[in-house]
Amino acid sequence: MHQVRGIATFVIMALLATAPVLAYLGGAIFWIDIATRLVILAIAAVSLNLLLGFAGLASFGHAAFLGIGAYAVGIPVYHETYGGLDWLASYSGWVHLAVGVGGAALFALVTGAVSLRTKGVHFIMITMAFSQMMYYALVSLQDYGADDGLSIDLRSEFTGLNLDDPLTLYAVCYGSLLLVIFLSWRIVNSRFGQVLVAAKSNEERVRALGINTYRYQLVAYVISGAICGFAGVLMANYTVFISPSMLEWSRSGELIFMVVLGGAAFLFGPVFGAIVFILLEFYLSRFTIYWHLPFGLLLIASVLFIKGGLSGLLTFSRAGTPGASVAGNPKE
Amino acid sequence: MDSAILITQAINGLQLGILLFLLASGLTLTFGIMDLINLSHASFYMLGAFFCASLTLITGSFFLSVLLALLATGLVAFFVETSLIRRLYHREHLDQLLATFGLLLCFDTLVHIFWGPAGIVMPLPAWLNGQVGLGGVVLPIYRLIIIGAGLLVALLLYWLVAHTRTGMLIRAGASNRVMASALGVDIKMLFCGVFVLGSVFAGLAGMLIAPITEASIGMGNDIIITAFVVVIIGGIGSIKGAFLGAVLIGMIDTMGRAYLDTLFALFMSSNAAETAAPAISAMLIYLLMAVLLVVRPQGLFPPRLR
Amino acid sequence: MNKKLVTLPALVLACSSFLNPVLAEESVKIGFVTTLTTGGAVIGNDMKDAVELAVEHLGGMAGDKKIEILFEDDGFKPEIGKQATDKLVKQDNVDFVAGYIWSHVLMASFKSVVNADKILVSANAGPSAIAGKLCNENFFSTSWQNNQTPMAMGELLNAKGVKSLYVMAPNYAAGKDMVAGVESTFKGEILGRDLTKWGADAQLDFSAELAKAKASGAEGLYVFYPGKAGGAFIKQYTQAGLQDSLPLYTVFTVDSISLPKLQEAGLDGVLGSEMTQFWSPDLDNDQNRKFVSGFREKYSRYPSFYAAQAYDSINLIASAVVATGGDVSDTAALRAAMMKADYPSVRGPYTYGNNHMPIQNFYGRTVEKDADGNWTTVISSTVFENHQDPFAADCKL
Repeated sequence: MHQVRGIATFVIMALLATAPVLAYLGGAIFWIDIATRLVILAIAAVSLNLLLGFAGLASFGHAAFLGIGAYAVGIPVYHETYGGLDWLASYSGWVHLAVGVGGAALFALVTGAVSLRTKGVHFIMITMAFSQMMYYALVSLQDYGADDGLSIDLRSEFTGLNLDDPLTLYAVCYGSLLLVIFLSWRIVNSRFGQVLVAAKSNEERVRALGINTYRYQLVAYVISGAICGFAGVLMANYTVFISPSMLEWSRSGELIFMVVLGGAAFLFGPVFGAIVFILLEFYLSRFTIYWHLPFGLLLIASVLFIKGGLSGLLTFSRAGTPGASVAGNPKE
Repeated sequence: MDSAILITQAINGLQLGILLFLLASGLTLTFGIMDLINLSHASFYMLGAFFCASLTLITGSFFLSVLLALLATGLVAFFVETSLIRRLYHREHLDQLLATFGLLLCFDTLVHIFWGPAGIVMPLPAWLNGQVGLGGVVLPIYRLIIIGAGLLVALLLYWLVAHTRTGMLIRAGASNRVMASALGVDIKMLFCGVFVLGSVFAGLAGMLIAPITEASIGMGNDIIITAFVVVIIGGIGSIKGAFLGAVLIGMIDTMGRAYLDTLFALFMSSNAAETAAPAISAMLIYLLMAVLLVVRPQGLFPPRLR
Repeated sequence: MNKKLVTLPALVLACSSFLNPVLAEESVKIGFVTTLTTGGAVIGNDMKDAVELAVEHLGGMAGDKKIEILFEDDGFKPEIGKQATDKLVKQDNVDFVAGYIWSHVLMASFKSVVNADKILVSANAGPSAIAGKLCNENFFSTSWQNNQTPMAMGELLNAKGVKSLYVMAPNYAAGKDMVAGVESTFKGEILGRDLTKWGADAQLDFSAELAKAKASGAEGLYVFYPGKAGGAFIKQYTQAGLQDSLPLYTVFTVDSISLPKLQEAGLDGVLGSEMTQFWSPDLDNDQNRKFVSGFREKYSRYPSFYAAQAYDSINLIASAVVATGGDVSDTAALRAAMMKADYPSVRGPYTYGNNHMPIQNFYGRTVEKDADGNWTTVISSTVFENHQDPFAADCKL
């Protein structure tokens, strides 16, 4: 049965790689923008899936990492252009990556160390709380436009890469998505990953083996945050604009929906979720300004009738695949 | 510091707390008893406001409208519970989040379709619109009505939970679901009743706030997250916790808003204080929740027998 | 079968990519980005109605070109606004992009238009960055820069002899602009200042701040509360019974969108309150009479200032298309034509500054009942004549 899912995954990933590029070369230059946004959100969703799908940790605050990554591009570029904060000011993409990924990892380390002391729904709430705090912190940053946000004058500079070219930007994002999925695959199939998955189904037993699950989960949380921060760096290069609205709690919710919709605990699941989410949002809003109604109904229907998300649908299994259950507390 | 203002602020904090309690009581019951995370609780808050506001404009009577709107909100809640919500009780929390968020989007759009995007400004009868002076403090009468109504509901709930058979079942359900069903309780009926009751309280909160702000699309989406914070701080499933947690949050939020800038101005420039204070006061409740979750994850007043 | 279900969206993506609409050479295409969903739709609808009225009044033509308007929803989110703008520019290949209520949506969408060498007309948002250091030759505004209206208010207060003021605004960028603006011109004393929580869970209960304002003993209360917060504020101001002791001065808080709702609820505390604005429904010129009476006839309500700006944006664009003989490909010529502002504006004649923000009059307005008993605003004085925003100096154009 997993063969079907494998073939479908291959076809979808191939389409995602080629369709926007062909459209762009054929003169329909808008589609690559929407595909870029889709792929970046997919990276963020894949990073969330690492926690949610495999480690069973439902973070409701991933928007914060996305925001940190984005501001890590915006702030250095702002200071390089208008002066001030010389130690941070830079157009270099490597600086942006270091600050974005490093900053997100650091934020994950501090908040994760605290959050992981809680479980289940309390974990959902505490991660949301930290994300909200970050949101209000950025809202108060008058120098960087506060709520109005900040326009980014120049995209990150990498030698040999011109991110101003939509094709190059898309290639970078798509390549990054594959890389991140590969990385997740390596992590999940390592001993480290196995401990996480085991701790998800029975934490007590893993502890009884003398393994400090807290440390493993904290490392997973930091990795996930760092990857999401990386997605934020890409997002800033796509939108060339940053604002606190990137960190609203509804964005964290959207990422969860992509993961659940696509099928948690399947590496490519979040990509499916992101595709469906973005395309629904785009096409439904073409038909009617009341598009949130059918969108909401589809969300409800997907929960009621598709167990294990869209990738679960592909395995033809009514009960869902064993690994496909979502985080939160498993119920009797 | 002017004591009259301090008292006014305390009353305001209490009033915000009461509203949060009305919202949080339903959330904490559905959460505690049915183990349901219900984002669409926000929709009943909004629906209550819209029902009541448009009925007031039609009938001209505030009290009649409140009664009719409570009934209407309850009917919608009953319909939603029987058609959708009861299928979600045994699902995982994230599934519940997803489905009830979908429901919330549906309600927001339905309200947009039926009432338009503008929202409704709701009038108050003149006698409710006045002021009373209490020892140098002048207060709008309506604020006191809100506090009174909230306290009444709190007492009613306390009586219901502590002194009736239904309440015993609810308590049993909150502390041990398996045992409750083993006692031969009609769980389906109980759950439906609790859901409708919680939704009606949310609707009441919406009706009470609408004359102060207005009925507007998505008005509940703003406050529902705070209500969740209250539930967590008070202890999931605990009515007492929801009440004390709500008053605590209401006070902290209001006092933070009012005095944090003065406090900050003591040790930084007044401009910096005015910028930092609102950001910090917005963060305060989340900070409180984060600290509490680490120190005392079960909340301040968890239901007993857990 | 299930597989089909999943791959369908991807196929749709692939196919529709090639369905690029054929360009209609005989028409001028204007993309109009505004808010049509969420509670913000009440403003978006007012603008949309005004745009449609403008097209109707122009007979659907700009010179010998048919006017084609494509409306897009920004959903009140910068990211969605930018995506909608990209679609208009890259897929629909519009000649102009107009609209934009919110500063953050405009900031996010700005580059997508001006870097494609198309002309962007803001029909509302006027953030200081775009008026100042980010100014661009392809950007034009038919509204105002954020600081101008409150600056006029400061001047109005001076003229009225108000000596002390209490200030309230939401704590976000525009809110701070509104506070900075009034404080830059007001000569009296600011006795207190409250910046309230804004954003997804904005504070709508102002009782605490109103209590402080009352206790401050100020002679006037200056506020900026846009959208639904405005209605909530006016209500609580009335309920607190402050209209006799603490006169209200507002910017962008009371408008033709909120007045009918306030009237329906009988909140007469707002009657007599003063505000400043570049325009008013009773402004006496031919174009404004045509606009206001046309709008009232068609939609049975007064137009808001948002509607006035949207109406002007279409007329400004049409005037440029006519001036260039219908050649919309020559952006430089279009710019030069627009720079003249040679069209009948509902605000009367105005000119453009180096940053392409209007240099225009600002008026004091009072909330009153009209002949039919409807609540509206009436001009009481001219506060500024030909006023230019303070950020023009930062613009290198």
